[in-house]
Amino acid sequence: MENVYELIAFILLGGMVLGSALLVVTLKNLVHSVLSLIVTFIAVAGIFLLLNADFLAAVQVLVYAGGVCIMVVFGVMLIQRSDIAESNPVNWRFGFAALLGGGIFILIGMFAARSQWMIAGTEVPKDTVGTFAPILLTDFVIPFEVAAILLTVALTGALLLVKEVKANGDRS
Amino acid sequence: MENIFVNAAGGIRNLLESAGLPGLAVDLIVLTVIFVAILVFVLLNVLWLVYMERKVSAFIQCRIGPNRVGPMGLFQTIADTVKLISKEIIIPKNTNKKLFLLAPVMIFMPPMAVFAVTPFGKGMVALDLNIGVYYFVALASLSTVIIWTAGWTSNNKYSLLGSMRVVAQMVSYEVPLLLSIVGVVLLTGTLNLTGIITSQQSVWFIFLQPLAFLIYLIAAVAETNRTPFDLVEGESEIITGPFTEYSGMGFAFFFLAEYANVLLVSMLASILFLGGWLAPFGLTFIPSWIWLLLKVYLMIFILMWLRWTYPRIRIDQMMAFCWKVLVPLAIVNIFVTGIGKYLYESVRW
Repeated sequence: MENVYELIAFILLGGMVLGSALLVVTLKNLVHSVLSLIVTFIAVAGIFLLLNADFLAAVQVLVYAGGVCIMVVFGVMLIQRSDIAESNPVNWRFGFAALLGGGIFILIGMFAARSQWMIAGTEVPKDTVGTFAPILLTDFVIPFEVAAILLTVALTGALLLVKEVKANGDRS
Repeated sequence: MENIFVNAAGGIRNLLESAGLPGLAVDLIVLTVIFVAILVFVLLNVLWLVYMERKVSAFIQCRIGPNRVGPMGLFQTIADTVKLISKEIIIPKNTNKKLFLLAPVMIFMPPMAVFAVTPFGKGMVALDLNIGVYYFVALASLSTVIIWTAGWTSNNKYSLLGSMRVVAQMVSYEVPLLLSIVGVVLLTGTLNLTGIITSQQSVWFIFLQPLAFLIYLIAAVAETNRTPFDLVEGESEIITGPFTEYSGMGFAFFFLAEYANVLLVSMLASILFLGGWLAPFGLTFIPSWIWLLLKVYLMIFILMWLRWTYPRIRIDQMMAFCWKVLVPLAIVNIFVTGIGKYLYESVRW
């Protein structure tokens, strides 16, 4: 009984992910693409919830739907273009794309069929964060901090770039 | 009195189970009833808050406020709502019609989704999520995009200016908001809202984390786009910003959603810092949900007081204040809290 509902939920969420992802690529207006990208991210968060990964789902919503998409909005804000309507062009080379995409899909499918899947032996722990935080902040603290430094450098770099554009002035 | 709502939910559950329904259907029906109850609670509060805002502003400005419709003007909001429903919804020519109409519909979704995990009293929580605080801020951050959509699709320069300000302001102030909550999470070691409330049994976190509370309060005012941070709407400069083109119920939805957000941040403030539904001084004869409501309304009154006391600040002042004052202070607060907790645990006096 339970599995049927899970299957229905998975099909609905999967359909949402694929449909909105297709819209992201094909919509002509960059802003509309961003909005459908948010739907994609939220549907992916739903799939994470289906897998009992509640923390990951919240991260997905906060970082991707609430953060990354907002970054694209900042991008729209910074580019100087009077008309945004045709800002996301599609070249409609469907033949080539189908060949490439289909090839990758067949390859992944082949490997997925041949690999031996580990069935999780234990239940998903109720407290997902409590087990996750010590790992992140003790065993993997150096990669964690390196990532933080990398992000800080990227932030400073972006600031410098924007300042540079302003100093040079008349680009409008 | 204390368990009136818990018992009501239990009663419905027992009734359905004795009727021989399968477990899943019982869960579904009980959850639906709870969510409808939350919806009604939020809408009633929002209606009351609009009236309260006008009365408080009148009090601060030495006026009387609404006093004609009903006793003491109590039905003023209802009259306003009826007026707004009867108005025509005007859709400007060069807008994306679907998105233009979708934005006011979606604006209530983030606050509503967040109220699902909020504890309203002892045992009164629809979904007791382990990651409650995190879910709270994650979902609440989505309203930025919706307000931005409203401003963008309006295709109007004031709306565009306003929606860009929304993005800049709400994304910036989310940082100190989150960092101030980290202090509380450090102290409790849990993200569960009920867990955070029960760990304030001996002392409220406003006394242990006064700086975090101040930062949270300021960031919350900015997140709900209220004066002194209402540059997003700025009636006198950009004509209510993203909502310029909305009329009738479209406008009313944004207006009401603002009050739903005020309720939300006040609720989170009373849960994180004011002990939630815990009774102070052992006054437990008053039910826990009344205590929570009292604290929430104290917070709401402070927000209204701020709104009608301070003038609007400039956008550069606002951004500088966030990044140069609030964020460093919040980081210092996390450091001090962490070191303090470590010392306390190693000394254990």
